[in-house]
Amino acid sequence: MTLIVSRRGALLGLGSAISLGGASLAVAAAPGEKRLVVVLLRGALDGLAAVAPYGDADFVGQRGVLAPVMPGQPGGLLDLGGFYGLHPALAGMHGLYQANELLVLHAIAGATRSRSHFEAQDNLEFGTPDHANGPRMTSGWHNRVATGLAPTSHAELAFAVGSVVPLMLRGPAPTGTWLPATATHPGTDLYARIAALHRPDAITGRAIRDGLRDRGFSEAVLAGAEAPRNTANSFPALAEAAGRLLADPKGPRIAALELGGWDTHAAQAPRLAGVLGQLDRGLIGLKTGLGVAWAQTVVLVMTEFGRTVRVNGTNGTDHGTAGVAFALGGAVAGGKVRATWPGLATPKLVDARDLAPTADLRALAKGVLGGHLGLGAAQLATIFPGSGDAAPMAGVLRG
Amino acid sequence: MALPADPRGWLAGQLDGPDAAMDRPWHSSAEGLRAIRLDQQDKDGKQAHVRPIITADAATAIDVLLTTDAPFRERLVWFWANHFTVSLRRGQVTALAHAYLREAIRPHVTGRFEDMLVAVMRHPAMLIYLDNAQSFGPNSNAGMRARRGLNENLARECLELHTVTPVSGYTQTDVTEFAKVLTGWSVRYDEEPPGYLFRVNAHELGSKTVMGQVYAGGEGEGMRALGWLAEQPSTYRNLATKLVRHFVADVPPPGAVARVERVLSQTKGNLKAAALEVVALPDAWTPLTKLRRPMDYVVGVLRALDLPQGRRPDLRGVFGMLGQPYMSAPLPNGWSDLAEDWAAPEALLRRIDWAYSIAGRAGDADPVAIADASLGELLPADTMSAIRRAGDRREALTLLLAAPEFQRR
Repeated sequence: MTLIVSRRGALLGLGSAISLGGASLAVAAAPGEKRLVVVLLRGALDGLAAVAPYGDADFVGQRGVLAPVMPGQPGGLLDLGGFYGLHPALAGMHGLYQANELLVLHAIAGATRSRSHFEAQDNLEFGTPDHANGPRMTSGWHNRVATGLAPTSHAELAFAVGSVVPLMLRGPAPTGTWLPATATHPGTDLYARIAALHRPDAITGRAIRDGLRDRGFSEAVLAGAEAPRNTANSFPALAEAAGRLLADPKGPRIAALELGGWDTHAAQAPRLAGVLGQLDRGLIGLKTGLGVAWAQTVVLVMTEFGRTVRVNGTNGTDHGTAGVAFALGGAVAGGKVRATWPGLATPKLVDARDLAPTADLRALAKGVLGGHLGLGAAQLATIFPGSGDAAPMAGVLRG
Repeated sequence: MALPADPRGWLAGQLDGPDAAMDRPWHSSAEGLRAIRLDQQDKDGKQAHVRPIITADAATAIDVLLTTDAPFRERLVWFWANHFTVSLRRGQVTALAHAYLREAIRPHVTGRFEDMLVAVMRHPAMLIYLDNAQSFGPNSNAGMRARRGLNENLARECLELHTVTPVSGYTQTDVTEFAKVLTGWSVRYDEEPPGYLFRVNAHELGSKTVMGQVYAGGEGEGMRALGWLAEQPSTYRNLATKLVRHFVADVPPPGAVARVERVLSQTKGNLKAAALEVVALPDAWTPLTKLRRPMDYVVGVLRALDLPQGRRPDLRGVFGMLGQPYMSAPLPNGWSDLAEDWAAPEALLRRIDWAYSIAGRAGDADPVAIADASLGELLPADTMSAIRRAGDRREALTLLLAAPEFQRR
């Protein structure tokens, strides 16, 4: 599990110089107080388990042993207005829904029809319909969002929590990473000498400088003194820490978090309950960390594809097509499930096995980037090339 | 350890004869499966039978890494283990992972790819990890009786990762059909001897077509399908690309890939010949091109320091702290071979912190001697002078182990 936040300082240097010509810089909107967080659920969340369309006449029959307990009964679904119900492990998210701060998007998928985790994640993160066959991107779409935002007086944009930068955030806008510091580490002076040895190194030089700065050892500190930050290492704790970083008036404005454990080919019910609980606590932790900045925040939760409608031979589900996504935050027009429901009768399914997609994740993202961050059509086309058929989704945002 | 006088001959010589590490006291997969069964009977979740197996075998595996005089061969073992990833993230694999290396990987590192593929696909660790042990032909007797069906996980990853890859153009139908071919390839826990078992009752009878090849049913059709997949040009391309990416450069030079691919094709998948071709590539001799993964880095540090066994840290814990938990890749595609996946700021700082910590255990080792022996002339003057000018041995060793050159091979 990794958690990444972007830091502004880097953008002021390299990122803006490389990726922003004068033209796009001129039309780029200042991010101001708006925050955008993307939570990537790697491994393919079963959308029909997270948000069950229990009102579909074919649902119970198709799901077999994976059919959930109906709303109103002990351990039952948390109702979302009579047709859909949230998995009972998502109680925190249900509270957000009732506060009109959670929007559920169902029967949604990325641009790709691949049942390979790796291809689908690549496409989802690079923001292209088919990375393998072109156009091949050298940066992730979330990184291109960072380069699309105008530099401001903020000290930092690209700041990361975790040990790996996901593809989504890789690119010219430099992204640091941060995890709780380990117990023993060299003193400031030895750090400074090590950083100096790495300075000319193309791969490690900048990373070590950024890493030290993110731990509180800025260039100035390496000559002076300051204490590094610390926190526990679970998804909810890291999410809350990310929220606090985003809440800082001079802090970063965009972030990406990852949570794995969704590839439930076998014994899905117990495995999913645990990881959904982590997600739920993490999202609530994020809100807690953000504090009043939650009102200015949109969190997008997405996964590379959905899973098969029917249970497989091992009480699990296999790789499918459409699934569920979430938009949440104080800036979201929530309290609704938004879907053009394709139905679960076998003839309605993709290849007679998967939920059919009726919405595009890129349309959702573009709707948020446009309305929330103020990015224009030209920038959206750069962030999601080849997405002309996925018009920005309207109505995701409040007001 | 200084470089041998004839490096090429030294590497090639490591591939002659059987793997000496085969003779270490590994637990077998039968012992692992018995331990799983006994732990399930205990119902206390304490893993009293599995835990000693993983503890002992991991210690043996790490000792082999640190002490082997055939480090190139050992790297090939871990390369192929990563190509055919199984992961301790799947609980039952814990009891079987080292048996898997011993039984399915090591015997074939200098043998034929097809033999390794078959050994892997029939090994309990892989059958459990990718769910095939519980895949039932939908129309098989056992499948009908238990109302169970197909699980296509192993079939998909075998096509996508282990052999032909998506460039070969297979379809979802091919995946499903191949999964049917593999139905019945399962694991026996309850009867002696535990191990691979073909459950004829779970096998989907009738004809299947996988990538244009027709199979008539039975255990043998899976063997034939693997034999066919093992010899496809797209498989050789996949293996050659991965070998060159691992041993030469993140972006594999096309000429180097073509050479290894040609050897694989000419020898029908002879992995020793492929490894020797890698050694013969001029590009393979450019020093310090590849960023070490955490496990590789830690092993390199420990081999350089040559700590006595009592002063070695718990390396399994170290691998995890540095971002590569032992034999626990998150997904079936295994650990990445790209520098950018390991060069995140925090990940590198953790290496530095660990280098500082291990340097504290090195006692009165001479940092300059270790620097000469491990990197020698590859160390640039400023690194060497920083080591010489360090305030104490620990600082000097930290500077060596944290230096950019030590992060590479």
